[in-house]
Amino acid sequence: MQVARIIGLNIFLAALFLFLSLLFFSDYTLTKEIFQSKVKQEHQQRLLPVFEKIFDKTYPNTFVFANEIKNTVEDLNVEARNQQQWDQVIYDDYAGTLTKASTQGIIVEYTLLLFILIFGGGTLGALLFILPKISIEAPGIKNNNIFHHALNNRGWIGILLGTLLISFYILLYFYDAYVTNWIILVEPLKKLINPNGDSSQWFLYGFLYTFAVIVMGIRMLIKYRHSNYQMVRTASVMFFQLAIAFLLPEILVRLNQPYFDFKNMWPLDYDFFDAWHINMLTESGGSVGLFMFVWGITLFVVGVPVFVYFFGKRWYCSWVCGCGGLAETAGDPFRQLSDKSLKAWKVERWMVHAVLIFAIVMTGAVLYNFITGTNSIFGIDTYTHLRKPYGFFVGAIFSGVVGTGFYPLMGNRVWCRFGCPLAAYLGFVQRFKSRFRITTNGGQCISCGNCSTYCEMGIDVRWYAQRGQNIVRSSCVGCGVCSSVCPRGVLNLEVKEEEGRFGKPILIGNNGIKLQD
Amino acid sequence: MSKIVIIGNGIAGVTAARHIRKSSNDSITIVSSETEHFFSRTALMYIFMGHMKFENTKPYEDWFWKKNKIDLVYDHVNAVETQNNTLICRSGKKITFDTLILATGSQPNKFGWPGQDLQCVQGLYSYQDLQLMEQNSKGIKKAVIVGGGLIGIEMAEMLLSRNIEVTFLVREKEFWSNVLPMQEAKLISDHVRSHHVDLRLETELLNIQDNGEGKVKGIVTSKNESIECQLVGLTVGVSPSISFLKDSGIKINRGVLVNELMQTNIANVYAIGDCVERTYELSGRRNIEQVWYTGRMMGEVVAQTICGSPTKYEPGPWFNSAKFLDIEYQTYGNVSPQLKANESEFYWEHSGKKKAMHFIWDTSSQVFIGINSFGIRLRHEKFDAWLRAKQSISYVLEHLAEANFDPEFFRRHEPEIIQAFEKQFPHLLSLSLK
Ligand SMILES: Cc1cc2nc3c(=O)[nH]c(=O)nc-3n(C[C@H](O)[C@H](O)[C@H](O)COP(=O)(O)OP(=O)(O)OC[C@H]3O[C@@H](n4cnc5c(N)ncnc54)[C@H](O)[C@@H]3O)c2cc1C
Ligand code: SF4
Ligand code: SF4
Repeated sequence: MQVARIIGLNIFLAALFLFLSLLFFSDYTLTKEIFQSKVKQEHQQRLLPVFEKIFDKTYPNTFVFANEIKNTVEDLNVEARNQQQWDQVIYDDYAGTLTKASTQGIIVEYTLLLFILIFGGGTLGALLFILPKISIEAPGIKNNNIFHHALNNRGWIGILLGTLLISFYILLYFYDAYVTNWIILVEPLKKLINPNGDSSQWFLYGFLYTFAVIVMGIRMLIKYRHSNYQMVRTASVMFFQLAIAFLLPEILVRLNQPYFDFKNMWPLDYDFFDAWHINMLTESGGSVGLFMFVWGITLFVVGVPVFVYFFGKRWYCSWVCGCGGLAETAGDPFRQLSDKSLKAWKVERWMVHAVLIFAIVMTGAVLYNFITGTNSIFGIDTYTHLRKPYGFFVGAIFSGVVGTGFYPLMGNRVWCRFGCPLAAYLGFVQRFKSRFRITTNGGQCISCGNCSTYCEMGIDVRWYAQRGQNIVRSSCVGCGVCSSVCPRGVLNLEVKEEEGRFGKPILIGNNGIKLQD
Repeated sequence: MSKIVIIGNGIAGVTAARHIRKSSNDSITIVSSETEHFFSRTALMYIFMGHMKFENTKPYEDWFWKKNKIDLVYDHVNAVETQNNTLICRSGKKITFDTLILATGSQPNKFGWPGQDLQCVQGLYSYQDLQLMEQNSKGIKKAVIVGGGLIGIEMAEMLLSRNIEVTFLVREKEFWSNVLPMQEAKLISDHVRSHHVDLRLETELLNIQDNGEGKVKGIVTSKNESIECQLVGLTVGVSPSISFLKDSGIKINRGVLVNELMQTNIANVYAIGDCVERTYELSGRRNIEQVWYTGRMMGEVVAQTICGSPTKYEPGPWFNSAKFLDIEYQTYGNVSPQLKANESEFYWEHSGKKKAMHFIWDTSSQVFIGINSFGIRLRHEKFDAWLRAKQSISYVLEHLAEANFDPEFFRRHEPEIIQAFEKQFPHLLSLSLK
């Protein structure tokens, strides 16, 4: 069995290595034909002369090639700006499209084979590594050696993985032309789902994301197979990611409907109220689009308060949400790295509420502009000073680069805890109007600290448990792991009547002592 | 302002300090020599197994003490001079007090076995023991654990997590059958074996053998079997850690003797926690209680007493919990290893052999006496209330579902349990259930 695991690990690493090295495999030749088919008519005349020098020349890697294209276009733009010919500036990302079209080599010739090798091999390897656990370890909490492992305790593997993830996000968000080979790699899948579609960096991201949630979800299902709560919850996030977030929007597009993720909602989905998005749904989307628009609004106006009241914030954060889904599956090996200090809690409250306010102000301005047909509010240009910074700092840097890239360094819920405006909103309702709480079991706590250690939200669960007080915290995502890891059966996630929810800090078992505090 | 000094920063001493601080402005000093800050002894195993770091086992962050004006002295008390209210520390430092609380805990027993002082023979109680175990277990293949109690099984689990083979010598007929009734003891014994522990029942340690370099080579059992091993864990119980009090004038026997207010024979000296031996009886309880909860409760009451409202140590119904490898255990009320003459019992075991419940009640009055539960979590609050109200066994079964504390979606067994009970005791259940 151990042998199978070692083989599995090696297959997985080989697939990963192949995937990474794929970035350096191709060479690039731009021909005039490609140029003419990919560059917009209105740009062709101006770009043709400067592109002549690139035609038919073979470049050894994406970086050089994409830079060449980028710089060539940029030179023209600089010139146009200098002469204040603003309408002449070209904003299209030709580096991405032309790189993809000019790619040559095995990635183009053997795309499907490579896809199967990498993702088939990756899956096979991962499963070979994961599945034998069923027979090696009896069901139950098995956190053995987590803090001795270089992956789980910020050792060299953790740092290496963090670096890889951070680089991946930076490339994906800001230098997508460099990862063209990966975009091409998932093209066969894209065509399978939607024959008329083209793979893009976002399709690549969606696929990798889903892949991670499914494979690591299987690991989670096996690790917590003694706990039906964990199994059901994990199956739920796997389903929502695969079916609702990944497949359904693609299928909708294939059916000529707007691209729409039914489980995402404002303010996490911060472009929901962007003019182009509203227009896409209400004007060009037909009745389906209109339904989507109403659905999206109902979800956060009615869905959030009602569901949080009955079930707690967890209904979204650890059962439905995509960010939560990744955190609970791929992020599970890192949950113990969250900071439990009081100081971290203070920072968290400031930060997450600041982001929520930022999101509300930004959306308010965008909506105001949409309704009034203007571009600015109080003399401030909305796009430049609100919408764009939000997209950059919160949408890309915080939720992506930091939120996921820092899993192996700061735990798996950095984004959910410090940055997610929707979490702040859900948490607000959870704190003040909900039936949800974590009950502590009389006087049974032995202050061991397992619960706090494994709380991915950095809640010092023990602080409550050892004084016999229920845990009612806005940040609790109801993952239930504190309850699972408690060796004394002290914690239970419960929904009951609101009254007495906060509980009194009293430890049962001592006659002499009456209520304190 | 009076000066309160506490020896021992375990759960008992720290609870006392915290509760005194809640209602008084007196100066509080805790002297302790094991670790600088309070940590959870019950979590020692998890540090070794890599579930947590030492940091994670500290229930309060390091700033907590200063903020609450609790002074910490990291030193060992060598002697207590009660005539002049002074402690003499190992460093030579002298600390005076107005009120002294002894909360010095326990130390592992050793029964004078030949070879017990060899290298790689150890108990497990303190943080230092843990560090020693870390050293002693490096690169070894096989260990023997002597004594089938709660710390013994924890030690076994710890070693298993490092892939070290474990032989477990247990004097009793089944694992922990001096505390658990035979049914449960068997269940746990089987579970221990299923984790590939070589469990040797009704076997004791005869001697420990030297490899010629002062290290363990192996042991010989009371059945004259030799077992090769590189580590011997001695987990045959603990005793109060009180040797430094010998000449202090404080009365001691096996532990520090105290009255109902946790007061020793010296009026301004109290004792709480593991190191205490009660001079008065509490029904169903031993005079020395070496568990986490009792240390905490004694800390709570002594704080009241010292702060001016004398409060007796009157614990409610007994409760405890533990975890045997993968099986969680909770108990409420009194379940003795041997059924008493006036008692009746009902035992239910799930077919998967990882869940069980054992109910005890008084035969003639039908009053519920206690329960052992394995693999099913129960609500402390409910059982505490039922035991206090002297509810009947049929009441307990009828309301059993309310006391379930398992997470959502877990399989519920109450109907099955009640059915089995009904079969065995058809006359006992009230009509409402039938
Ligand atoms: C491995 C292990 C697991 C356990 N698991 C459980 C469990 O699951 N549930 C449960 O209920 N109980 C458990 N126990 C028992 C429980 O930990 C003890 O009952 C409890 O810690 C006792 O607390 P205390 O405050 O009385 O003493 P301690 O925690 O022993 O604290 C006393 C402190 O005083 C210090 N000290 C002693 N003498 C001096 C001196 N002269 N000068 C300075 N300092 C001194 C000691 O070094 C020690 O740090 C476990 C014990 C062990 C060892
Ligand atoms: S408190 Fe418990 S349920 Fe809530 S987030 Fe932390 S570990 Fe999850
Ligand atoms: S895991 Fe359980 S016993 Fe340990 S500190 Fe948390 S609530 Fe208490």
